[in-house]
Amino acid sequence: MHDLIATTALGAAAPCVDHHGPISLTEEPGFALASIAARRGGERTTILAIRRMIGPTAPKAGHWAGARIIAFWTGPDQWMLEAPYDSEEFLFERAIKEVKGKASITEQTGAWCRFDLRGTNLAAVMERLCPINMATFTTGSATRSSIHHLGCFVLCRNADHISILGPRSSAASLHHGLLTAIRAAF
Amino acid sequence: MSQINRLSGGKIDRHQILNFTFDGKTYQGHPGDTLASALLANDVRLMGRSFKYHRPRGVLTAGSEEPNAIVELREGSRQEPNTRATTAELYDGLISKSQNKIGSLRFDLMAVNDRFSNFLTAGFYYKTFMWPSAFWEKFYEPIIRKAAGLGSISLKDDPDDYDRGFLHCDLLIIGAGPAGLAAALTAGRAGAQIIIADEDFSFGGRLNSERFTLGDQSGSDWTGQTVAELSSLPNVRIMARTTVLGAFDHGIFGALERVSDHLLQPAPGKPRQIFWRIYTKGSLLCAGATERPIAFENNDRPGIMLAGAMRSYANRWAVTTARKVAVFTNNDDGHRTAADLHAKGVSIAAVIDIRPDAPQSNDFEVIAGGQIINSRGRLGLKSIDIALPAGGIRQLSCGALGVSGGWNPNIHLTSHHRGRPEWLPDIAAFGPPAKGPAGLRVAGAAKGDLTTSGALNSGTEQANAWLKDLGFVPTAPDLPEAEDAPISITPFWFVKGCKRAWLDQQNDVTVKDVHLAHQENFVSVEHLKRYTTLGMATDQGKTSNMGGLAILAELTGKAIPEVGTTVFRPPYTPTAIGAFAGRDRGTAFRPTRKTPSHAWAEEQGAVFVEVGMWLRAQWFPKEGETDWRQSVDREVLATRKSVGVCDVTTLGKIDVQGADAATFLNKIYCNGFAKLAVGKTRYGLMLREDGIAMDDGTTARLAEDHFVATTTTANAVSVFRHMEFARQCLWPNLDVQLISTTEAWAQYAVAGPNARRLLQKIVDPEFDLSNEAFPFMACANITVCGGLRARLFRISFSGELAYELAVPTHYGDAMIRRLMQAGEEFDAVPYGTEALGVMRIEKGHAAGNELNGTTTALNLGMARMVSKTKDSIGSTLSERSGLKREDALKLVGLRPVNPANPVPAGSHLMSKGDPVDAAHDQGYVTSACFSPNLGHFIALAYVKSGDSRMGEILRLVSPLTGFDHEVEVVSAHFIDPEGERLRA
Repeated sequence: MHDLIATTALGAAAPCVDHHGPISLTEEPGFALASIAARRGGERTTILAIRRMIGPTAPKAGHWAGARIIAFWTGPDQWMLEAPYDSEEFLFERAIKEVKGKASITEQTGAWCRFDLRGTNLAAVMERLCPINMATFTTGSATRSSIHHLGCFVLCRNADHISILGPRSSAASLHHGLLTAIRAAF
Repeated sequence: MSQINRLSGGKIDRHQILNFTFDGKTYQGHPGDTLASALLANDVRLMGRSFKYHRPRGVLTAGSEEPNAIVELREGSRQEPNTRATTAELYDGLISKSQNKIGSLRFDLMAVNDRFSNFLTAGFYYKTFMWPSAFWEKFYEPIIRKAAGLGSISLKDDPDDYDRGFLHCDLLIIGAGPAGLAAALTAGRAGAQIIIADEDFSFGGRLNSERFTLGDQSGSDWTGQTVAELSSLPNVRIMARTTVLGAFDHGIFGALERVSDHLLQPAPGKPRQIFWRIYTKGSLLCAGATERPIAFENNDRPGIMLAGAMRSYANRWAVTTARKVAVFTNNDDGHRTAADLHAKGVSIAAVIDIRPDAPQSNDFEVIAGGQIINSRGRLGLKSIDIALPAGGIRQLSCGALGVSGGWNPNIHLTSHHRGRPEWLPDIAAFGPPAKGPAGLRVAGAAKGDLTTSGALNSGTEQANAWLKDLGFVPTAPDLPEAEDAPISITPFWFVKGCKRAWLDQQNDVTVKDVHLAHQENFVSVEHLKRYTTLGMATDQGKTSNMGGLAILAELTGKAIPEVGTTVFRPPYTPTAIGAFAGRDRGTAFRPTRKTPSHAWAEEQGAVFVEVGMWLRAQWFPKEGETDWRQSVDREVLATRKSVGVCDVTTLGKIDVQGADAATFLNKIYCNGFAKLAVGKTRYGLMLREDGIAMDDGTTARLAEDHFVATTTTANAVSVFRHMEFARQCLWPNLDVQLISTTEAWAQYAVAGPNARRLLQKIVDPEFDLSNEAFPFMACANITVCGGLRARLFRISFSGELAYELAVPTHYGDAMIRRLMQAGEEFDAVPYGTEALGVMRIEKGHAAGNELNGTTTALNLGMARMVSKTKDSIGSTLSERSGLKREDALKLVGLRPVNPANPVPAGSHLMSKGDPVDAAHDQGYVTSACFSPNLGHFIALAYVKSGDSRMGEILRLVSPLTGFDHEVEVVSAHFIDPEGERLRA
């Protein structure tokens, strides 16, 4: 077991948590990510592999699905897998075994930072951040959108809980943008 | 006495007193007031000076179409010029000033311009400043620039924030007058997601300005009840203080919400304004109509205003401009103004109606068939001259005059896609075009339905039309009975014979100017606009365009519809640039990217440089170092002597997988990758389609079907985009999957003779780093520090024995600390981008300076890398004869003949004895540095036939700086040309 200590995307040992009005903004470092893209002819196998990992079938465009391990759609025959880091640090290796060479797997854990918005009326914050139509962005929705000029994945975990995954190197900028929007909205 | 012109009633809160200042004098008003209504209540008619002639001006309108009452609001960094007093919501502590004057507003020194009005006519600039031509730049232009513009800016940073946001709805209703409210009620009750927006801070539109009832309710009561119901509907978003500025493609509208303009300053964290982008399925324009004036001699005096505005001030704001007023009209609406003011106790001097059959009144005198031919009063209206129908002139004393020439539908947004308005003869005005922006319907006065009843019904009908289209069940709200008086108007634009009769009051365009423009053959309406500046001020001619068109029509012998209109463009009203910028300002102008070692580098006192959006350590100053060169030289020498560590995470990394990954890379890069062995890395050169070098980097083969391609920092995104395009569009049949891993891995270059020894302390012992087991250009998946997954590449940019070690980014901070700790025994140093640059120049490695978008593989000395045995992007066009000239530029090294001389980048090379000009140019320096290892400056340069000119002495010149020294052409490989170090 190595003895290196991971830092959060914001550069600290512990995740950053902010509260403002009815909203909390939490840095969520404890997740593993792996991209999965079906190879030619491997589409069916890939979907079955995802089903084995997440439970329900592979989500369609604009959605995520799963429980402990989830997948969200990122492009035609492409998904991102997400799971708790502590138990699934080697999510990418698990995925590689599942797809049996029929999909390309890439570890993406270190590539993304994740901030979770929790609270009521999250639409008031989101409408200042990105063009997602929050009236139709309900539990199970997942999409890609530009936030603060950063390409982000946005997942609606439930009506009071939205996750925003952004490029890790810009975590501080994204955090600033999110916090500013929250303070402007409430 | 305070507020001497205040009347009874109105929609103001008299229980609260708001103090404000205008030109330094304190006044009082009430919540619900605008600055204009409060000033009028305090008997202030004079509010500004006109643009060109500095004529005294007061309020003309009661809305956003105002051309005259343009003021500066607030002070200090929040000072904002050219703001309409008619829309500025009054708040306690508001500071306002008049503008465009020298001296006081009453005694403006620039009013002398009015004496020279015969010279300052349309086209004055074009005719006057033509000669002598040399005077233009140094003399005329500065004067004109100084004179131009109305207000002044503080030149301080705007302290407020602006937001940008995004909204979605089934139906956007633009305007909350009777039509808009009826539409909102209809669509809201049907369950559609609707947004109703109005630029006013109070919904109701003209209902707030009229006395007539809707059913048994006043207009404002019905409005209040309707807004209350709409507010209770979760599917309705009510947006007051929100101006829909423009109609854009695909049903998208821009709207500006003034969140905090009615406050002394925004609440902490809150924006001043929000610029919304509204995505709609359907839209309904209910923007109402704007009254138009009638032009007559000296029709611009303070106190002369639109009759509808005069009625608004009386009914909504409980204000009269004067205690004795007159009305000049060509339609019945003017009479309504007189009746309303009479009911409020204001003395009506007379209603002058140009129609001989004008309706008479028992309450005030009506002069049917009369025309106003002049006005008097230096700083405000005192009297008017009336040409009587029976002949003769009558002078009538009054302090204010309401003018009504009819109403123009507010169709601006319907023309934002260049739709041409259509003439509505019944109201003698232009209505919306038959073909406006897709998805935009029009209702109410904006459509030409000028009665309240018509507006209510029209709003409901159009909303129901949308509901049907959008799949909702139409509803029929219980609309109240409302005013439905027939429209009676006799078109009348200007009083014959008048000259100094103002059409565009803000830009000082008169009837005479239009005559002059026509006389000089500016007969197109677009030319008229530009020649006279009619309609080009901040109000965009909302009250003036029709008058100008009508006169031009008469002069050209055409009907008004034949003359046509100029094109309306967004924004509908002036918008602060800050609103477009949103939060993108200062340090938040764009996101910042930080490397995994950023925190550690900060602790070391690193000096950072922006590279794209990345912040990279440029050098790491040590105590006692006073110059950046000292730090950089030390880092270079220490690295070449022992070992240095550099964060190279910023280089783009692209994961390329799939059965056809090798084939794909073979097509992307001009050199071969198909036969690259697993566990090996290869330098690759990527060409654009035109054969010019695009980017370079190393690509490692981790498995038969798995590569990791690296790009330069600057091109990481563009190369990925290029590869994705090629994958999807050029070779969709290849089995290739791409994903960026730039952010996923923290990558450190470990370079120097002790690099291996340092890494042996980090890399887990089962991985053999010996030269035999892990030679130059090897790569492998390894583990470090007792099991952490990592990647190791034996590649060298510095020319030293070097590796690049990658670990998952979240361990990047820990890894730099571990590397530096392990390197203590080797005196390891961190090195920044400057030292990186020095070492790559010493080694002769090309970088962005050399791959500058104009150079080819041949120029770079890599012509043989362009494989002839396969096809790749750019390989064919790189064979163009023009790119393969015999004297083509070749990358070489330069050494100063006098070692003390620098070799500045950008300097040009000339053969000795040749003149210094472009025709004799021999090449240019791309990269230069001081080499601490060689003890003098060195450079990389492109030189014509450079590879065959080794040893030649050239002149290095910079005509701009006067630099002129001799340099010797040498190999670009200053250090270790045989590559023994990197293979050690």
